[in-house]
Amino acid sequence: MTLLSVLGVVSSAVFSGTSLLYTTLGEICGQRSGIVNLGLEGVLLVSASAGFAVTDLTGSPYMGVLVAALVGGLMNMILGYLTITRGANQLASGLALMFFGFGLSAWIGRAYVGARITGLPRFALPGLSELPILYSSLFQFDLLIYLSVPVAILVWWVLFRTRWGLGVRAVGESADTAFASGRNPRLIRYQALFVGGLLAGLGAAHLSIAYAMNWTEYMTAGRGFIAVALVIFSKWHPIRAIAGALLFSGAVAFQLLLQSSGIQVSPFLLDTIPYLVTIVVLVAWGGTRRHSAPASLGRVYQGSE
Amino acid sequence: MQPRPDPANRAKSIGARAISGLLRYGSMTIMAFLLFGVILLISGNSPIGSYSDLFSSTLGSARGFSEVLVAMTPMLLTALAVALPSRIGLINVGVEGQLYMGACFATWGALTLSELPSWILLPAMALLGMIGGALWALVPGVLRARGLVNETITTLLLNPVAPMIVSFFVFGYWRSPMDTNKTANFAPSARLPTFFDTRVDLSLVVGLVLLGLFWFVMKSTRWGLEMRAIGGNPQAAVRNGIPYRTYVISVLCLGGAVAGLAGMAQVSGFYGVLLANFSRGTGFMGFLISWLAGGNPFGIVVTSFAVAIITSGGNMLQLTRDLPYAVINILLAFTLFVVLARPQLYPRRKAA
Repeated sequence: MTLLSVLGVVSSAVFSGTSLLYTTLGEICGQRSGIVNLGLEGVLLVSASAGFAVTDLTGSPYMGVLVAALVGGLMNMILGYLTITRGANQLASGLALMFFGFGLSAWIGRAYVGARITGLPRFALPGLSELPILYSSLFQFDLLIYLSVPVAILVWWVLFRTRWGLGVRAVGESADTAFASGRNPRLIRYQALFVGGLLAGLGAAHLSIAYAMNWTEYMTAGRGFIAVALVIFSKWHPIRAIAGALLFSGAVAFQLLLQSSGIQVSPFLLDTIPYLVTIVVLVAWGGTRRHSAPASLGRVYQGSE
Repeated sequence: MQPRPDPANRAKSIGARAISGLLRYGSMTIMAFLLFGVILLISGNSPIGSYSDLFSSTLGSARGFSEVLVAMTPMLLTALAVALPSRIGLINVGVEGQLYMGACFATWGALTLSELPSWILLPAMALLGMIGGALWALVPGVLRARGLVNETITTLLLNPVAPMIVSFFVFGYWRSPMDTNKTANFAPSARLPTFFDTRVDLSLVVGLVLLGLFWFVMKSTRWGLEMRAIGGNPQAAVRNGIPYRTYVISVLCLGGAVAGLAGMAQVSGFYGVLLANFSRGTGFMGFLISWLAGGNPFGIVVTSFAVAIITSGGNMLQLTRDLPYAVINILLAFTLFVVLARPQLYPRRKAA
């Protein structure tokens, strides 16, 4: 096993894990305000197809990323209307949103199956381009990858160090108390969901515009549900979400390493590792998890007009 | 708090509520169809023509009607798999995974015991499917009963694992020489019998019978009473000597077993072969149906039938309107959205 092949594995794991980090961060925003989005899979699909379509039409991948993010935010607004304004059950609304995403993305993407686009440009950081070409080509990443960890830190800063973030967390713990202290739980939940949708849209954009660079139906392959799992794994904390995304990327990398060293382990069994680890971690926490989950997660805020 | 209506007024208000409910749900359905009409218009199809095709292709002929029943069959079972645990306040979001495990276990039976005659093989496969589904619900049940992890989270997390295990077998040990993504076709003895030259198979009857049984057990047996007691107030139930933990584990496993049976019915009846990723959200659809029906067996049948009309209309869109099959999910979701944005059609149960 050469250094080069190990680095290659790491590089491809980074590519596959980035979309998950953005999506997980988005779901953390929503869940911190008390709303579970089980329809994340649908949001991702619609964002990915819309971003891909716009990139193909305009020829500009950055335009595609922008549209994908906005579409993600708008998709979450549907969930917001159902759960916040109409007080519908969050799990059922989320699953309805997932089916909506299945349909809408297939409809948007139907003209783009098999289309080729120029993906998000990849470039090396200034210091790394000095390396021999063999190595530096492995460290050519796109803008979204470079921004992923800073964005995670930004989300942490916004949630834990700003007034707005305090409002989001307060609403997630107890909407009534937040209301009593002069905040508007409904507005804050809408805002948190929109921001969460933007982030999920960025993740979807990375998947279709930067990583896969094509569109196929159901291309997200369960990433929405992985993100929901990683939110729990990271205890609703943006910085730990990086560790969660690394866990998934690590499983991918491990799988590629085993393959390249000739050991035959089914990739399907390795794919189950992140889920099983998450369950084991949850069991290991036992009672302590009650302190980390937002207390009013999943509850309907009836409001006091 | 509203004052309690006296009995005479109450009968009247139930009648009035039924009419206003019908009107409201009628107008909501029309809204969903109008919204999807816009989508059809944009893609260059006449909405009126498409809708009349959709209904004539599903309800207009015996063949179409039988296809609606075929589409409805797995929904009955998956909805029951959610409704059953919901009666004691458990939220089973893991039907998708339990369905896959049931299909996986049943396929093992179909491939290894294919020598057996049909009347032994089919019950054996059904039993295996139920064991598979129940095993998949056992871990969440035990964790919940011990108060370690909420069953909503664990059932959800186990969902994606089951299709991976199915893929592991389909692309590995059970690989057929003809196709890469499915097993060899099942022997005729491993196929569920069908009725009158259609694709409607025995599992439709099984689903209806199980729903009837569910209604009977909940209404007139001791188990039903105890389950309703737990669903109403778990602490009071425990104080009255009802074995809460046993109920949590066994009812969740029973739900998983029903989901596993749905998986067995899908591979043995509908497909006749185990495909990797054969289900795209059948289990989640079961959750939605059970939730919309408030866990009511009769409501589950009606709602499944309505949903089945829409989903089997997707074939029509694909064949005659040049749209991907998945596009029908938009109409389905619009219908769900307008219903979700309103109060319940049936009296509401706790949780799912």
